[in-house]
Amino acid sequence: MPAFLLEIGLEEIPARMIAAAQKELAERVEKMLARENLLHAHTVQSYSTPRRLVVLVEGVLAHQPDTQEELIGPSLKVAYKDGVPTPAATAFAKKAGVEVTALRTIANAKGEYIGATVERKGRPASEVLAEMLPREMAGLYWAKSMYWRAGKPERFVRPLRWLLALLDAEVVPVEFAGVKADGVSYGHRVLHGDAPIVIARPSEYVAKLEAAKVVVDVEVRRQKIRKALDAATRAVPGARWRENEELVDAVTHLTEWPTALLGNFEKKHLMLPEEILETVMRDHQKQFVVEDASGKLLPHFLAVLNTEVDAAGAAIIRHGNERVLRARFNDARFFWDVDQKIPLADRVEMLKNVTFHKDLGSYYDKTERIRSVAKNLIANAAPALYAEQIKLDTFRASVDQAALLSKTDLTTDMVKEFTELQGVVGGLYAKEQKLPDGVARAIADQYKPQSSEDSIPRTLAGSIVALADKMSTIYDMFEIGLIPTGSKDPFALRRAGTGVVRILSEKEGLRNNTNFSSVFSLSLLLPPRQGIAMNVYVFLLDRFEFYLQETRKLRLQTARAVRLSEVLRYASFINDPNQILGLGRITDFASILNEQVGSPEVLAVAELLKRASNLLRQAQEKGIEFPNAETASLLENDAEKKLAQRVTEVDASIQKNYREGKYSEVIAAIAGLQQTLNAFFESVMVMVEDEKTRNNRLALLARTVAVVRWAADFSELASI
Amino acid sequence: MKTAVTTATSNAATEHALTFQELLFTLQGFWSARGCILQQPYDVEVGAGTMSPETFLRVLGPKPYSVAYAQPSRRPADGRYGENPNRLFKHTQLQVILKPPPPDIQNLYLESLAAIGIDLRQHDIKFEEDNWESPTLGAWGVGWQVMLDGLEITQFTYFQQCGGIDLDPITGEITYGLERIAAFLQDVDSIYDIVWMRDAKTGRSVTYGEVRLAEELQFSVYNFEKADIGKLWQHLDLYEAECKALLDQTRALPEGSDAVTCSRVPVLAAFDLCLKCSHLFNLLDARGAISVTERVGVIARVRALAVGVAKAYTAQQSVVAHSEA
Repeated sequence: MPAFLLEIGLEEIPARMIAAAQKELAERVEKMLARENLLHAHTVQSYSTPRRLVVLVEGVLAHQPDTQEELIGPSLKVAYKDGVPTPAATAFAKKAGVEVTALRTIANAKGEYIGATVERKGRPASEVLAEMLPREMAGLYWAKSMYWRAGKPERFVRPLRWLLALLDAEVVPVEFAGVKADGVSYGHRVLHGDAPIVIARPSEYVAKLEAAKVVVDVEVRRQKIRKALDAATRAVPGARWRENEELVDAVTHLTEWPTALLGNFEKKHLMLPEEILETVMRDHQKQFVVEDASGKLLPHFLAVLNTEVDAAGAAIIRHGNERVLRARFNDARFFWDVDQKIPLADRVEMLKNVTFHKDLGSYYDKTERIRSVAKNLIANAAPALYAEQIKLDTFRASVDQAALLSKTDLTTDMVKEFTELQGVVGGLYAKEQKLPDGVARAIADQYKPQSSEDSIPRTLAGSIVALADKMSTIYDMFEIGLIPTGSKDPFALRRAGTGVVRILSEKEGLRNNTNFSSVFSLSLLLPPRQGIAMNVYVFLLDRFEFYLQETRKLRLQTARAVRLSEVLRYASFINDPNQILGLGRITDFASILNEQVGSPEVLAVAELLKRASNLLRQAQEKGIEFPNAETASLLENDAEKKLAQRVTEVDASIQKNYREGKYSEVIAAIAGLQQTLNAFFESVMVMVEDEKTRNNRLALLARTVAVVRWAADFSELASI
Repeated sequence: MKTAVTTATSNAATEHALTFQELLFTLQGFWSARGCILQQPYDVEVGAGTMSPETFLRVLGPKPYSVAYAQPSRRPADGRYGENPNRLFKHTQLQVILKPPPPDIQNLYLESLAAIGIDLRQHDIKFEEDNWESPTLGAWGVGWQVMLDGLEITQFTYFQQCGGIDLDPITGEITYGLERIAAFLQDVDSIYDIVWMRDAKTGRSVTYGEVRLAEELQFSVYNFEKADIGKLWQHLDLYEAECKALLDQTRALPEGSDAVTCSRVPVLAAFDLCLKCSHLFNLLDARGAISVTERVGVIARVRALAVGVAKAYTAQQSVVAHSEA
């Protein structure tokens, strides 16, 4: 069975786009071959380097199989008049490409028709590929693409320079972007040079490229890099390179023939904070940091090269890398010293000249909003502060100082140079300027968590500032209509939203009593922002559902069940902040509930509650109005009296146990309704003629459902 | 031991290293030999070689054009009073414009590195994604920063749009940072220690610092402390008004005006006035004189001029080209 090889040769593709493009190309080629009946038992391999995307399919048919197709035409009556073919019959025969005499009669359930058997001749694979491949290549998704040829016939990520397309030994005559495919590839720019490499068959591709100093297999290259880093680090006794998967990935996609090299910097630079040193090496120089067994930085770095050199070359490259690093560190030192001349406190005023967003004003305005939201949140920390014997006033002052100074590092030379260190630099400078430790930490942690792997702020004050920053950003962006849609989220509001959820769910000292509604309180809920508050609330609930599923790994049903309850409670708590259940409690409850979803007890009661909900919904659809709680004097038989009594008991039990954190008992109380509810449905007819009785029974069921929904919407759990 | 090897190598390398002016000559010679017009630096203040009309205007329209020129580039906010060894208020770019870009443009570029004494077999070179965008010029492109042993030595851009106009054909732009490359070749840690020129007979040499340090210091003082904010605003208004007036005259030309009339319209002068505005904006910015609300507005003003000039230039070129055809 022939093998098919396609290599698209390009000028350097942006590293961040390579992996996805490699995958997409392989999928597109495989799908296209399947669509064209050209696949047999097959395997698909794909490769990539900065200069090429490659797909290799083994088990391709050399020729499409011939096929037969039955076409059905007009009815027999229309097709023939007195045994003579009508124009309808001739037209059908022409369309099908057969003689009129070749038409047959086909009888089916609908009647008799004329039909034709059409033979489709399979075409050679090479011909089909040449026709179909350009479409697949042109269809590849690129985050950013460009024109390069005059007349702008096509866009691609970078100019396409060669095409290698082989079906076994035969060149597939495909042409794309003005380049005709050939049987040659090209090796490493420097180590191999411009000489073309003839590839006679797909099977020799990988080895021939390797001989031309190109490792086309991404995984092999990744392993090569890891080994090279290990080997280079061995020159420093007791040292190791700091693991960083993202960076390994980046350098894998920046190299065709990777090697690694150990370099050094002067010990005096270790006086700079580790955060700054690591950012310079990792983000700016794409170098790996070297540390000792305890994780302390050592004055070395590792550079991954896209070449292979002898000792003299290594010395030159090492020297060059060391030189750049030295300059960068000296810069950082310089920025540090210059920045200290204006303390953070004096920089608040300068924020008036730093734009936050053109419609939202400066970072000075932003700071004021952070302060006001933070102020509202402080009360929520009171119980935790009391337990730790921290004075509320001290804490309030420290939060406000951190909020006030939170954005001042944006005016420093250090952050202008190393933007990714915003917050971190503020924290370091606060420490340097002898501000309280709590303030420095809160400033440093304000952007946390930046990803699902990142930790939440270390302190309560930091959590409050981080919440206030994120919430005010989400609010303000929603207010001017910058609401994330689909894949568009330019201000990373979803990440901010998930950050809010994580802090509220996870931070001790806040998680028991703080919820979205706490953050919304007061200033944010005043008109004209109420409508926005609702949109933001729904947005945050989505993030919460996402968090429960993706981070907490809970079932979809569980997440939905607790989400709905949260909405219902929100409405009733809005005027009574003391009743608010912290998001942490809800998360804990959800985790316990999740373990019992699908158990016979939960399923049984959930089915009954769903039945009750359905009855209520149907009644409402018929326009029946009923109160949301029954009148005791109107209860007639024992089963409904029993239910009314049990619901009241269960209500008290749910509320008490939920607040005490006894979540299993909450669920047990709900499950305990099963017998009573079952007995009710067996012996009580709800939709009776007598309106009063009927409405009272509906009211009883409404209360039953509502009592349970306070904790979770069990009708979501009726099936798994 | 390691240090000893390093020093020995670098000394050996630097003895033959090009001086600053030899570096410029060599690159100019290289591109001149490959069909480029050699232009002189543009004599109006610009922030980058891209802003010279040899790039900004020549990339517009269908006419092929290849040019190389050095361009002293002023960025007032980057000044450091001559105290920082790596930062300058005014640095020198060697700008190469290839319109349309030849298919072997990357190889040509690599050959130019060999020409200035960089043996790639002894170095690590990478093309890393770096896209370029200038909101004030209504221009953007995609490309790379070229990294040599961890040092960014060149910006390589495929221009896609300029003055708000989609380009066809597109242009390849290669921008060498001459100070960086010279410091690399000569292995000095401070730009001010770069040897600018060496007298072959006497061996006497002059450093970059001797030539330019005073300028860096004094312009930093002016840009950050002394520039008269009120007058800068006035200058900005005046230049803007004059540029607009010229552009209005262009627009006022009756439809179907002949090539001779069209070619006399001073679009090029309007562009100079636009460049003046851009530089004044940079000065005001360095001086901390532009508030948040003003900032967006001023950028929009300069952009409107740049886009207006680009349009006028394209229209003028098409009339003139039509008459020649």
